[in-house]
Amino acid sequence: MYSFSVRTLPPTARRRQAGREWGVDGSRAVVRDALAVAVPVGLYGLAFGAAGVAAGFSVLQTCLLSLVAFTGASQFAAVGVVAAGGPVASAVGAATLLGVRNALYGVALSPVVEARGWRRLLAAQVTIDESTGVALGQQGRGRAAMRRAFWWTGGAVYVLWNVFTLAGATGARVLGDPAAWGLDAAVPAAFLALVGPRLTAARSRAAAALAALLTLALTPLLPAGLPIVAAVLVAVGAGWRE
Amino acid sequence: MSPSAAWAVVVLTGVLAYALKLLGHLAPSRWFAHPRLRRINELVPVVLLSALVVAQGLATRTHVVLDHRVAGLAAALVALWRRAPFPVVVLAAAVTSALVVRLGG
Repeated sequence: MYSFSVRTLPPTARRRQAGREWGVDGSRAVVRDALAVAVPVGLYGLAFGAAGVAAGFSVLQTCLLSLVAFTGASQFAAVGVVAAGGPVASAVGAATLLGVRNALYGVALSPVVEARGWRRLLAAQVTIDESTGVALGQQGRGRAAMRRAFWWTGGAVYVLWNVFTLAGATGARVLGDPAAWGLDAAVPAAFLALVGPRLTAARSRAAAALAALLTLALTPLLPAGLPIVAAVLVAVGAGWRE
Repeated sequence: MSPSAAWAVVVLTGVLAYALKLLGHLAPSRWFAHPRLRRINELVPVVLLSALVVAQGLATRTHVVLDHRVAGLAAALVALWRRAPFPVVVLAAAVTSALVVRLGG
């Protein structure tokens, strides 16, 4: 019925074969994947630190956002709304809407990570885009590899993100007001670089264009910061139907 | 922004972000199973980031303002189109808009 090929080897034999390529149970490859993701993401922390101080947060407040909130897009949104002159509710609202996806990640990860007690509290804190992505990307290597990928990626991103946030915030403090130098284009450019790679589907491209136009149209009509939150209506409208 | 408003943003954003993460690890998976919720959730980052590009690049408080930042954004677009990595995109925008300011644009 079955030809005895690599695909039909029993799991132990398959693991032994993979072991020759990756080191015992693939642990080296998992760590390499984790660090390959964590290092460039850590560098985004530099941009966030600078953006936080430019928006009017102190170095301490900017660093606390990275230590406690620790979810890049939400943090950028909070300081972005504040920089646009928006009220507290808009800043927190935009950040929280962006954080909803972390709850979805937790649903997918909790049966894999299987953490209990204080380890579960730690697992929740490092549940972000990158740790979820790398962990789910190891499905072919088994549950232990997924768990290792989750902790390595989450831990490495946590350390690097916070170190670079501090570096970016203190750097911006030394430099003074970025607008006076004309460096304030860096923040919207960072948002542009974050959204660009997400525009692969026709639906997301249309939603992005509509959201940009709506924000532009509402800018003179609504209090500062609210047009950004109003743009979420575009996501609700565009995602309502299949 | 007043210091107390800044602290409110820091504390509330931090607490709510962590609460959402913990909720995902503790809640039954069927709470989040609805496909409509998933579709909308996938679009939220795209629309919020696009809105932030406009609010930070083309507006000053409640006015639409086209200044040196437009030149910076144009440079960022070119860098993105050439598939430059993130730091290069941000640097291209910063250097270009700083040059426009320096040259009296």
